[in-house]
Amino acid sequence: MYIDPHVHMVSRTTDDYQRMALAGCVAITEPAFWAGYDRSCAQGFVDYFGQLTDSEPKRAAQFGICHHTWLCINPKESEDIGLAREVLAEIPKFLDRRNVLGIGEIGLNKNSRNELVVLEEHIALAKSRNLLILVHTPHLEDKMKGTRIIMDAIVSHGVDPGRVLIDHVEEHTVRAVLDRGFWAGMTLYPDTKCTPQRATDIFEMHGTDRLWINSAADWGISDPLAVPKCREEMRARGHLEQTIRKVSFDNPKQFLSQSPNFRVV
Amino acid sequence: MSIPLTSNQVVDRYFLEHRAKALDIAAFLDRFDRAATAEGVATSATTTDVRVGALAAALDLVRDGQPDRARRMLELWSDHSVDPIASAHTKGAIGAVPLNARDRT
Ligand SMILES: [Zn+2]
Repeated sequence: MYIDPHVHMVSRTTDDYQRMALAGCVAITEPAFWAGYDRSCAQGFVDYFGQLTDSEPKRAAQFGICHHTWLCINPKESEDIGLAREVLAEIPKFLDRRNVLGIGEIGLNKNSRNELVVLEEHIALAKSRNLLILVHTPHLEDKMKGTRIIMDAIVSHGVDPGRVLIDHVEEHTVRAVLDRGFWAGMTLYPDTKCTPQRATDIFEMHGTDRLWINSAADWGISDPLAVPKCREEMRARGHLEQTIRKVSFDNPKQFLSQSPNFRVV
Repeated sequence: MSIPLTSNQVVDRYFLEHRAKALDIAAFLDRFDRAATAEGVATSATTTDVRVGALAAALDLVRDGQPDRARRMLELWSDHSVDPIASAHTKGAIGAVPLNARDRT
């Protein structure tokens, strides 16, 4: 039994749900993200929020998987502040839907000033509604710098780090994220993020408290079964079943249960 | 939480996988050099391509005998500046920054 706390099912086929259920997936959370192209107007996001809060939970339920979501305009589309503010104005209309956990995946992409402005407005919205936050950290060479700027912005808004998950951490960012009291996610994604081997190394070096794994499977070359594959890697090394369960079920359940909308049955 | 494997078990389990990955790096540099030679431009030893230079520097780090190589390699390839950039002109990241200008703003 496991939870995949970051997966973009709108980009996956229904047989992926079937395979995830067969592998033991009981709950997922799906952050709003970039579709691979820029939406032309705020209405495009409104349609997407409808998909995340209505269509997708029904598709997941067919396989006994509890579907949850996070809403935002993602950092890749945040350079246009005017559009971002139009989308931000639409988000409160969806916050009462029963599968919404909070605001995400917000953060930075290229660490630009406009991205930071839009990030701070999302943080303010989450703070005013007492919502959980899921953070996307930048890719590759931009990750270390962006992770620092994001953590500073969240702390400066007075948000409790225990209600924020900083995702896509790797060897050079995990320690700082955990030391500042945030939760951290390791993403198992080909080429640009962690492998199951490196994620397991990071557990061995940094412990299992406030740390989880996810697939972030999306429209790119990615793997909706990445979490069970990492569980197998840990098992093959001889890690205890309770440790494997902690990082792939107990930890996500503990963090996500801070939202009254999270459920696993 | 420590690693449950012995050092011998680490080698038994992972050697072939990482032998193949090391071979891939060698073949990548050979491929780059064959293409560069055919074009008449700088090969991997002298290229100004930031990514190839970053990979070569990382290989030095792999062999330095010090711990935390993965963390240090990621730091080597990271932008070390602290201020937000004026605006995002692209969505993508290339995977490395110039080794002589890692503090670019
Ligand atoms: Zn994502």
